[in-house]
Amino acid sequence: MIFRGYRRPNGTVGVRNHVLVLPSVMCANHVVDRIGRRVPDAITVGHPTGCAQIGADFEQTKRTMAGFAANPNVAAVLVVGLGCETNESKALAAEIAARGQRIEVIGIQECEGTTNTIARGVELAAQLLRETEPLERTQADLGELILGTECGGSDAFSGITANPALGYAADRLVAAGGTVILAELPELVGAEHLLAKRAAPDVAAKLYELIERVEARARSMHVDMRGGNPTQGNIAGGLTTIEEKSLGAAYKGGSTALREVLEYAERPQYKGLVVMDTPGQDIEQLTGMTAGGAQITVFTTGRGTPTGSPIAPVIKVATNTAMFERMRENMDINAGTILDGTKTIDEVGAEIFDWIVAAANGRQPVAEQFEFRDFAINRIGPSF
Amino acid sequence: MVASQSLAVAMPISRDGAALRLKDDDNVAVCLRAVPAGSELEFAGLRVTARVAIPAGHKIALQPIAPGELIRKYGQTIGRAAVAIEPGEHVHVHNVEGTRGRGDLAEAPAAGAPATRGVA
Repeated sequence: MIFRGYRRPNGTVGVRNHVLVLPSVMCANHVVDRIGRRVPDAITVGHPTGCAQIGADFEQTKRTMAGFAANPNVAAVLVVGLGCETNESKALAAEIAARGQRIEVIGIQECEGTTNTIARGVELAAQLLRETEPLERTQADLGELILGTECGGSDAFSGITANPALGYAADRLVAAGGTVILAELPELVGAEHLLAKRAAPDVAAKLYELIERVEARARSMHVDMRGGNPTQGNIAGGLTTIEEKSLGAAYKGGSTALREVLEYAERPQYKGLVVMDTPGQDIEQLTGMTAGGAQITVFTTGRGTPTGSPIAPVIKVATNTAMFERMRENMDINAGTILDGTKTIDEVGAEIFDWIVAAANGRQPVAEQFEFRDFAINRIGPSF
Repeated sequence: MVASQSLAVAMPISRDGAALRLKDDDNVAVCLRAVPAGSELEFAGLRVTARVAIPAGHKIALQPIAPGELIRKYGQTIGRAAVAIEPGEHVHVHNVEGTRGRGDLAEAPAAGAPATRGVA
């Protein structure tokens, strides 16, 4: 199956053609924001990371920024640094360039202050837009898509309606040669044995290792995961334990073989179904999958979660009709029709699949129309 | 993969469509809409009366569940009964505890062990 996307020099295919302005450190957030106000067609993000981080935590932050900036939906990147940060902006830029991305980099100290940096950033962002805007969509294969799957604000209907329907769409994309990321590891605790059955022994072993890492973290903190996950909203929606939430969440990945288990923000090396180690926290998960190369995410929600990525379409699927009606402006698809008896799981699954293809061709889901810029990098160590 | 049928055909649903028993060996059913106290739910070969009002999406016990007994939904374990649960009772956080992610049950750290700083 085909769609029309933006072919990148490194061989990947984007479904959007964005110019991204990315601070390498939180100290550059203000400058990036001001550049964005003056060049509104450029996408800007802000974040509280990039300095006084060490070891695996720093590596993960850098990998996430590099992967996000090199997502196929991004045509070119302007990195703005301060000059003295841990996440040295030129080193970050080199890593992004090594992934085959068009990049410019500036530093506030080198530009001698805020005003000059904003002025220089405005020039460069405008130049990158001029360079990349003429690019046209060309024919691409659906197998070149990496789909993120996510459920947020889950309720008891997530595992009965929207997630099985998304699983159907995931199977269709895998059959077309594509890649599907199942993530939120804490929300696979209690369902990992079902996935492990569909994996080669080494892949299953890695999955069990990551699940153990989640539970070891809860043990080291001497708290029940239930305090934070399932959340109070999940519990109000009828979910009692993390196992129950996980069993419903795992449906999102469909029924194909599990090919690979990835660290946070790692790019999949295999086609088919892969698992990525992200937290259940929605924005960190979305950022991690997008940094791993996901051009599109389908996001199911029971309670009603509007979130969207700065650079990737996020398609919202409501698990129940009551919420779909209440939050109509934030939803694209109503899987509550499965409960209402007006549609089958496969019919809604086919609707989701068609939406994925349409979004690949340029159709904007509501989260994209709202221009959400939700961005958060998962931290695995303290600041020093 | 879930069967290519409507929910009512794919999964055993109570006769009035108010609740769903996802697998035959589940000891709870999911209420698909709010079930008032006293409602009778009839599944194939099984009848329970709701002892309290149960909100939509929440679970109702289909059989007596002893303290410590596993709660089954989707044909899988979703937790264990913290107390005795009667058929028709609301099954939720007040009478069910998780079996996984129970860091609260971990042994206390050894004296002198460094404090752990949690990172979500």
